[in-house]
Amino acid sequence: MADPNRTVVVTDGSNDASAVSGAAAGVQSSPKGEKGAGTDPSKMDQQTLAAVLQFLKNNKLRDAEAALRREAKLPDGNGDSGGSSRVATSGEVSLVLSAYESEGDLARYCEYYNSLSSFIESSLDAHKHELGCLLYPVFIHMYLQLVYNRHEKEAHKFFNRFSVEQEDWHQEDLRTLSTVKTREQMEGNDLMDTFRSSKFVLRMSRDSYQSLRRYLKQNEHRELLSILQDHLFIDVFDGVPRNREQVQATSGAMMGEARRDANKVKVLYGLPKEPDINVPLDDDDEGVEGEDKPKKKKQKKDLLLNKNKKADPNAPPPSRIPLPELKDADKLEKVLSWKEGLKRVPLGRENLPSICFYTLANAYQNVSAVGVSEDSSLLAAGFEDSNVRVWSLSPQRLRTMRNASELDQLDKEADDIVERMMDEKTAADSWLLHGHTGPVYSTSFSPDREQLLTSSEDGTVRLWSLHTYSNLVVYKGHNYPVWDVQFSPTGYYFVSGGHDRVARLWGTDQFQPIRMFVGHYSDVTCIQYHPNSNYVATGSSDRTVRLWDVLNGNCVRVMTGHKAAVHTLAWSPDGRYLASAGVDKNVLLWDIAYGRLLAEMKGHTDPIYSLCFSREGSILASGGIDNTVKIWDVQKVFEEIAGSDDLTSLDRASLVEVGSLLLGSFQTKATPVLKLHFSHRNLLLGCGRYQHS
Amino acid sequence: MSDRVLPDVTAESIKVIAESAGIGQLPDEAAAALAEDATYRLKQITQEAVKFMHHGKRRKLSTADFDNALKLKNVEPLYGFHAEEHIPFRFASGGGRELHFYEEKEVELGDIINAPLPRIPLDVNLKAHWLAIEGVQPSIPENPPPVPKEDQHAADRPPGVTAKPSGKDGTKPAGKPGKAEVKGLPSEVAGVKLKPVLTHELSVEQQLYYREITEACVGSCESRRAEALQSLATDPGLHQMIPRFSTFVCEGVRVNVVQSNLALLIYLMRMVKALMDNTTLHLEKYLHEVIPAVATCILSKQLCQRPDVDNHWALRDFAARLMGNMCRNFSSNINNIQSRMTKTYTKILHDEQSHLATRYGALAGLAEMGHDVVKSLLIPKLKEEGEKVKMLMEGPVHNSVDKTAAEHIRALLLKHCAPVLAKIRPGPDNQEQYKTDFGHLGPLLCAHVVKARQQQQQQQLQATTTTAAAASVVQRPTLQIPQKSDWVSCSLVFAQINSCFKTIFCESEKYLDDFASDS
Repeated sequence: MADPNRTVVVTDGSNDASAVSGAAAGVQSSPKGEKGAGTDPSKMDQQTLAAVLQFLKNNKLRDAEAALRREAKLPDGNGDSGGSSRVATSGEVSLVLSAYESEGDLARYCEYYNSLSSFIESSLDAHKHELGCLLYPVFIHMYLQLVYNRHEKEAHKFFNRFSVEQEDWHQEDLRTLSTVKTREQMEGNDLMDTFRSSKFVLRMSRDSYQSLRRYLKQNEHRELLSILQDHLFIDVFDGVPRNREQVQATSGAMMGEARRDANKVKVLYGLPKEPDINVPLDDDDEGVEGEDKPKKKKQKKDLLLNKNKKADPNAPPPSRIPLPELKDADKLEKVLSWKEGLKRVPLGRENLPSICFYTLANAYQNVSAVGVSEDSSLLAAGFEDSNVRVWSLSPQRLRTMRNASELDQLDKEADDIVERMMDEKTAADSWLLHGHTGPVYSTSFSPDREQLLTSSEDGTVRLWSLHTYSNLVVYKGHNYPVWDVQFSPTGYYFVSGGHDRVARLWGTDQFQPIRMFVGHYSDVTCIQYHPNSNYVATGSSDRTVRLWDVLNGNCVRVMTGHKAAVHTLAWSPDGRYLASAGVDKNVLLWDIAYGRLLAEMKGHTDPIYSLCFSREGSILASGGIDNTVKIWDVQKVFEEIAGSDDLTSLDRASLVEVGSLLLGSFQTKATPVLKLHFSHRNLLLGCGRYQHS
Repeated sequence: MSDRVLPDVTAESIKVIAESAGIGQLPDEAAAALAEDATYRLKQITQEAVKFMHHGKRRKLSTADFDNALKLKNVEPLYGFHAEEHIPFRFASGGGRELHFYEEKEVELGDIINAPLPRIPLDVNLKAHWLAIEGVQPSIPENPPPVPKEDQHAADRPPGVTAKPSGKDGTKPAGKPGKAEVKGLPSEVAGVKLKPVLTHELSVEQQLYYREITEACVGSCESRRAEALQSLATDPGLHQMIPRFSTFVCEGVRVNVVQSNLALLIYLMRMVKALMDNTTLHLEKYLHEVIPAVATCILSKQLCQRPDVDNHWALRDFAARLMGNMCRNFSSNINNIQSRMTKTYTKILHDEQSHLATRYGALAGLAEMGHDVVKSLLIPKLKEEGEKVKMLMEGPVHNSVDKTAAEHIRALLLKHCAPVLAKIRPGPDNQEQYKTDFGHLGPLLCAHVVKARQQQQQQQLQATTTTAAAASVVQRPTLQIPQKSDWVSCSLVFAQINSCFKTIFCESEKYLDDFASDS
């Protein structure tokens, strides 16, 4: 039996995250014998080893050769090329690449590829689509082998001949690939590193897999076999082969689909019990108006509170993650938001929301980020000229705190001390924050609206005080552009993600990250904190959405299906569903409980940059640079799956069949929709910068 | 796929670059190797730059994205290539070579130092509006017009029906949303699909708007009227209300002609003009109401209480211009507005019994139809009309009304025919020759033609030195109605015509204003 990890070259991009799932996969897949296909694995190992040693000798890489020999003498199974590459330093890059060394007849690759594609074409319709997924990774690795072995001309011919046959959504990567024409260029190319170091994951039914094995047995194509063994991971499941739509729905990610076992861990997606709050200010404003009214309201509120107090079986225990304790101000905040919630307009198919749109005019520099505070009272815009500007959306103007000597004179026991701390003279409609040295890519308000986080191209995350409108902390850690930063719903924690492919969890009082979420194959483009603060969802330009457990930093869900970079995420208020969208113009809706795709919403004509669920979760709003806000009926999907909780179909992505979900589409004049936000009363707020034609 | 890949950097380019860097003899192999590597690096950086574009939430790649991508690769960005919108390269070709270059202008430092400071740019501000209210998008200027003009037009000509039967007597089978005209017909008559009748209701806001606008337009407050007309001329999203407005104009003219209320007629014509100026509206479907109203204001025997004192001529001129504009904008070989109006005008001129004011209107209408019409219909009539004017002015029985009418007709003919004659008649201008050709009007005409010629020469002079368009608008030059074959000049001329008419309208409107406030 071949060990599927045999040639996995572990780079820093994947070791942490795949540690758990990778090991599990190794154990699980070995007994199934996907890779065996009629070869003696130990012999193969020896051959590969010999080939590598030969190659090293030829290239006079004596140190590497010595290291490899030393490693190979180790008795355990890992002591092959995979082990050696683990000690590979940058000076021995070619050794790492030696996975592509092949002594076969490379000129016949066209033939092999043709043979494989005609086999897939002639196979039964049931298997055709699952087997069709093989073509792309095989194509890529054949091309890379040709390039690596300096058959540039053949490689070019091979590429031109077969690249057109690949699916549309692969074209982005193929374009990157097409630029790589020599062995030297393979080094230091991010995409090459990814293909080299990770396995392309395919899922197919046992039947399809059997027919593939038969084909491989009949045709002794050693090169093809070695590619399948070294660079592909075939996840076999028992059941009916998937059809074209099902295969397409989950394909598209840079490194294939998610492994089945990657989504097995139970996710505690429920919301925790609301803490008991004795509200001192509760009846203050209501006591004045007669006797009956407050009682009624109180009853209503009690109902609401009771609802929240019901223990959710899926909720994580409250002490799972240490959360900051609620301050008096936070409690007051919660009560106020409940009160606002009472005035909420129920939305649905019949009741579409009202949309209030904020247009930024006279912005000479492009606006690259907009953030709105949870209670819809503040708005922050990040500009490409490195500035951040904060506006008040409520009649309350923005004031700074008094200076120290004045503060000292205040009576600290006064009830309205918070109010007195503020200097009326400084009231302004907006404040400008200077500090970043590159375009600002995201802004996020703390839940108490006292702080603001921004992330920028300059590789830093900055924390600003909204009392003094000054910079408090600079978090350095990402050395590359930071694409997104988000506060946790409870404050204190926040997550940032950027070009370095890592999402980092921070506490506001520490300048070192608390957790690093490693596993994406490309930039982490967007982040959303789960409503219960125990999980973090990230979207990436490797076209996957991942869910991370804050407790242990593990990746607990990998969701594939996007055909281009993901740029925005949104959680449903109950924490079970996640919506994602991006450059591929589709909105995808995921069920976190099982990590499956529920629905696909098509309609936008340009990349989508904002998503938001209504407060009760029945409606999803999406907006993008096609200047439209679209309203989707997600309630319909939820009703559908509640009706048929079909657990058997979970292995296969089966889209819930519900016609069109589009409820409304509203176009702005010339303003891209960069941010959407539902207020407590379910008023939809949108924001963007007016673009002169 | 491969043919979509960006073209490679060629070895020749590398050699050129090497030369400019001072390396004279670059071996071919070196150039080829460098070219390949340069291509690879460029493509890599472009791909990174695209990421920055996506995160900047833009559709266009900018030079700043490139700088950021270079920074990402630890390369120093290129300084000095900042462009607001597009990459600042210009394209040039010649001698079989095509190249893109970066235009570097020489700047006089003194000019910059001495130049007055530019205005401080406006500060960024945040403005809120309702994009939707309970799922309905309100028709406010901040929102895009609910139905783009193209769609209004498309609705006008349903697919499959290429030629609409032109209605009798200028009325068109209007499929207005607001009116239930095809009621009672079975929904499919002889295979012709008819749309079900829709009763279109205006929202409360729209009803309010309609009331405000109509009141302001015919009310006594001039500043309110200006605002209302401005709103009609610029607001998008009025198309649902045009049927109401056109009916308002139509009925208004009907009533006020009977009452000879000149001021109100002027206000109504200004409303028509405002509606025509609105670029988001498509009036074609409502011409059957508008054209009779406008035509009435041109041709009616009596438009005012005291024809001897009141200046109804200005109204006729204004309406004639409107009509001319309408013909240009909406005439097609289906509705034939222009030829039908021309026929109406000439019929009046042939009729010896027609009233003088009506004759004036017909002449004005023809004059506004464009130079071809003036040339073929008005100029041949000059002699005949001249005699008539002479008879009226010098004849034994004359009253003051007829005399003023004759004066106006003379002025009109001179004003419109002279520029055309200056174009088509070869010089020199001889008084006697004109007298024989055009009778009574000859000598005066000759003087006007001479003046017109001078003006044209001036214009030509100006056109060579400065931009022709601006000057020609002011001078109102002769503009040939373009032939269909020459589309390029056609569009240019149309633009000129449009701007020309705008100025004229402004002038006459001013005049009308003065007049209206007098009466």
